Amino acid sequence: MSPAALLPELLILAGAVAGLVTGLFTARERQWVTAWINAAGLGGAALTTMTSHDMSPFEGYAVDVVTNVARITVSLATILVLGLAAGWARAQPRESELYTLISLAALGAILMAGAADLLVLVAAYLLASIPAYALAGFAKDAAGTEAALKYYLMGAFLGVVMLAGVTLAYGHSGATSYPETRAPAVAAVLLLGGLLFKAGGVPAHFWVPDVAQGASRPVAAFVTTVPKVGAFAALYRLASDGVIDEPALFAVLAAATMTLGNLAAFHQDNVRRLLAYSTISQAGYLLVPVAVAGRTELAAPALLYYLAAYAITNLGAFAVVVTAGADSLREYAGLARRSPWAASALVVCLLGLVGTPPTAVFAGKLLMFAAAWDGGYAWLAVLAAANTVASLFYYLRWIRPVFARQGAPGERRVGAVAVIAAAGSVLLGVGAGLVLLA
Amino acid sequence: MLTLVIFLPLAAAASLALPRVGARTAGWIWIAATAADLALVAALWAGYGGGVAYETRLRWIPSVNAGYHVGVDGLSLPLIAMTSLLFLLCAVYSLGRTPRPRAYAALFLFLQTVCLGLFAALDLLLFFVFFDLAIVGMYFVIVGWGHGDRARSGLMFFLYTFLGSLALLLGFIGLYLAAEPHTFDMADLVADPPRAGGLVLLAVGAGLAVKTPVVPVHTWLPPAHTDAPAAGSAILAGVLLKMGTYGFARIAVPMLPEQWRAHAWVIVVIGVVSVLYGSLVALAQENLKRLVAYTSVNHMGYVVLALGAAGLGGGAAARELAVSGAVTQMVSHGLVTGALFLITGVLWDRAGSYRIGRFGGLAGRAPVLTGLMAVAVFASLGLPGLSGFIAEFQIFTGVIGAGAVAAGAVSLLGILVTAALLLLALQRVFLGGPGELTGRVRDARPGELAAIAPLLVLSLVIGIVPGWLLDLIEPAARAVVTLVGR
Repeated sequence: MSPAALLPELLILAGAVAGLVTGLFTARERQWVTAWINAAGLGGAALTTMTSHDMSPFEGYAVDVVTNVARITVSLATILVLGLAAGWARAQPRESELYTLISLAALGAILMAGAADLLVLVAAYLLASIPAYALAGFAKDAAGTEAALKYYLMGAFLGVVMLAGVTLAYGHSGATSYPETRAPAVAAVLLLGGLLFKAGGVPAHFWVPDVAQGASRPVAAFVTTVPKVGAFAALYRLASDGVIDEPALFAVLAAATMTLGNLAAFHQDNVRRLLAYSTISQAGYLLVPVAVAGRTELAAPALLYYLAAYAITNLGAFAVVVTAGADSLREYAGLARRSPWAASALVVCLLGLVGTPPTAVFAGKLLMFAAAWDGGYAWLAVLAAANTVASLFYYLRWIRPVFARQGAPGERRVGAVAVIAAAGSVLLGVGAGLVLLA
Repeated sequence: MLTLVIFLPLAAAASLALPRVGARTAGWIWIAATAADLALVAALWAGYGGGVAYETRLRWIPSVNAGYHVGVDGLSLPLIAMTSLLFLLCAVYSLGRTPRPRAYAALFLFLQTVCLGLFAALDLLLFFVFFDLAIVGMYFVIVGWGHGDRARSGLMFFLYTFLGSLALLLGFIGLYLAAEPHTFDMADLVADPPRAGGLVLLAVGAGLAVKTPVVPVHTWLPPAHTDAPAAGSAILAGVLLKMGTYGFARIAVPMLPEQWRAHAWVIVVIGVVSVLYGSLVALAQENLKRLVAYTSVNHMGYVVLALGAAGLGGGAAARELAVSGAVTQMVSHGLVTGALFLITGVLWDRAGSYRIGRFGGLAGRAPVLTGLMAVAVFASLGLPGLSGFIAEFQIFTGVIGAGAVAAGAVSLLGILVTAALLLLALQRVFLGGPGELTGRVRDARPGELAAIAPLLVLSLVIGIVPGWLLDLIEPAARAVVTLVGR
C-alpha cells in the first residue's frame, strides 16, 4: 500500500477542505479566494498525475492510464467550471460552499474512474452524486429546486438498484474486486442502472434535460460533463475486466442512446435543453468503445480521447451559454456582432461536437468508428455516422441565428472560459498525436 | 515550400482578424496573398521534375499511423495551380463589391488553404480533414453572402455533403483496417493495396460521388449554386467539385484496384447517366445559373466515365488517354465554369435576376461581356481550339479505345445536347431583341474583365498548345493505369 499513489485525489480533497475552512473566516466579498484554493487543489492533482507512475495504492483502486486520463480530464474541466461559477457566484452568501461541492463531486468522478472493486464504486458513486444534488438546487429558486428533486429521486433510486446489483454479483462470485467478479445478466443490468444514470445514457437519461434547464448555468455545465467522465471510465473498466461481459447489450444501449438523444434534440428552442439532449447523444457515441472493450486495442484510446475531447468541447458550449446569459435560440440572433469572440467559440465548439476536423472530437470520433469496426460492430459505426449527420441539423439551427444581421439586444461580452475551451478543443485535436503518445 | 503554399492564405486570413484593417485594405491583402501564393505555385511548377515532389512527412497521430504528409505530382499540381489562379481571380472579382469584406476575404483565404491542402494531401486523414473543412467554409459563404433562399440551400448543402464525407470517413477506416500494417498513409496504401471488400469501395465511392456530384446524388448542387454568391459558386464548381473526382483518381482507383476493375462497368454507367441527365435537365432550365450548375453535373460525368473506363480491360494506351483526359477536364472545367459563374454574377449584380427570359439582346449594350460569354460557352461545349476540346477528345478516344464503345457513343449525345443548350442560352440572353431587364445591364467593368478574361485566355492557351500541361499529366495518368492494372 502506498498512499503517495493517491496524491492527486488527496490534493483535491485538501483543496476542498481548505477552501471550506478558509471560507468560514473570510469576508463575503473576498470569498473568491476559495475558488483559487479549490482550483489549486485540482491543478495540483493534474500536475502530479502527469508525473506519477502506474501503481496500485491498494486492492480495489487501480491507478492506470484510464484513471490518469480521468484525473487530468476531470481536474482541468473542473477548473474551467470553477471559472464559470466564480463569475456567477461572486459575493453570494454561500460562495465557498459552492466551490467545495464542485470539488467534491469532481473527486467522486475520479474515484469512480479508479474504482476496481464494486464497493469502492458504490462509495464513489455516492460521493459523485450527493454534492451534485445540492449543486442542482444551489440557487434556491423554483426551477433549481425542481431539478434537484428530480435529480435526487432518480439518482437515489438507481443507486439502490446498483447496490442490489452489487449484492447479486457478490452472491454469485463471492468477491467484489473486479478481476474475480462475474456479474450474471440480471446483476449486470442492475449495475448498469446506476452507471447509466451518471453517464446520462438511455434509459436513465430523463434527468439530464431537466437539470440542464433548471439548475444554474455553471452547474448545468458541470453535471453534464464531469460526472460522465467518471461514469464512462467505470463502465469501461467493468467491461474490459469482464465483470459485465455483455457487449451486445452495450451496443444496443449505445445505439438507443445516440439515436434518442438526437431525435429529442431536433426541435428544442431552449439551448440548454438542446445541449442536454446533445450530451445524451454524445453518451451514445461514448458507449461504443465500451461495447468493444477488450475486443480491439483501439477501444481504450477511443474512449479516453473522446472523453477528454467531449469534456472540453461541451464545457466550451456551456460557457458560451453562461457568457451570453440567454437560453432561447432567438436571443442568440446577432451574437457574432455583439460578442465576436464568444460567437467564434460557440461555432468552434458546436462544429466540434459534430466532429468537424481538426477539433478534438473529430479525432475521438475517428478512433471510435475505427474501434467499432475493428471490434466487429461495423453497423454501430454506420449508425453513429448517420446520427452524426442528423446531429448537424440541430447544431446548425443554433449557429445560424448567431450570424443574423439583425441582432437581439444584449451587451458585449468576451467569455474567456469559452474561448479557452474552444482553443483547447482545437489544440487537442491538432496535437492529437502528442496526447495519444503520452 | 509546399507547406508554405498551403498555409500562406491562412496566415493572411489571420492577419485580417487584426483590428484596424479597413474594408479596402482587406480586399488588397486578399489579392496580395493570393497573388503571392500563385507565384509560389508557379515556382513549384517550374522546379517540378517528375514523380512525387516537395514531399513533407511528419507524424501527427502515430497510434493510427496518420501523419501530415503532403507532396505534389502530375495529378495534383495542375489542380493546385488552377485552384490558386481561381482564388486570385475571385479576389479580383470581389474587390469592392461585397458587404463585410473582411470576413468574406478571411473565409475565402481559409477555403484556399483547405483546397490546396486537400490536393496536396498524401494521407487519408489529412485529406479528410481538408475535405470536411471545405464544406464548413462553403456553408458559411452561402449562408452569409448568398441570396434567395440561402439558409435552406446552405443547410441542404451542408447536410448532404456532410453525409457524403462521413461515408468517405467510414470508407477510409475500412481501408485503414484492411491494410497490413494499419495505416492512413496514401503512399503506403498505394504501394501495397489493402485487400478491402466491395463495401469499402461503396463507402469511399458514395462519399466522393456526393461531392462530384453524379446522378442520383447531385440534388444539393443546383440550389447551392443558385443561392451562393458569384465567387462562391465559382469556387464551389471550379474547385470543390474536383475534390470528388480527384479523390477517385487519387484514392479509389489506385488503392482499390481489384474492386475498381470489378465494378468498372457500374462506374461507367453512372458516368454516362450523369452526362445525359445533366445535359437534359440543363436544357430545361430557365435560370441561367442553374443551367450552368447542371452543365457541371454533365462535365463531371465525363470525368467519372473516363475513370471508370480506366478500370476496363482495353489497351493500356487508350486507358491512359482516358485518365489524362479526365485530369485535363478537371482543370478545364475549373477554368471555364469559374468564368461562366463570374459572368452570371455580373448579370445578377446589374439586374438582380438569373431568368433567361427576362434578358435578351445584351450584345448591343454589353459587347465585352457578350464576347466573354461567347468564349466561355464555346470552351464549355468543347469547341476545338479551347481547353474543353482537348479534354473531351482524349476522354472519348480513351473510353472508346478501352472497350466501352456504346458508353462513348451515348455520351457523345451529351455533347450534342450541351452544345445546343449553351448556344440556345447564349442566343436568348445576348442576341435577339431586348428583354425587360436588358436596360439595366451595363458592360463589364475593368475589374470584372481582369477577373474573367485570364480564365478564358488560359483555356485558349491550353486549347492551342496543350503540350506543357499534358506533359505533366501523362506520366501521372500512366501511373494510375499501371496501379489499377495490378
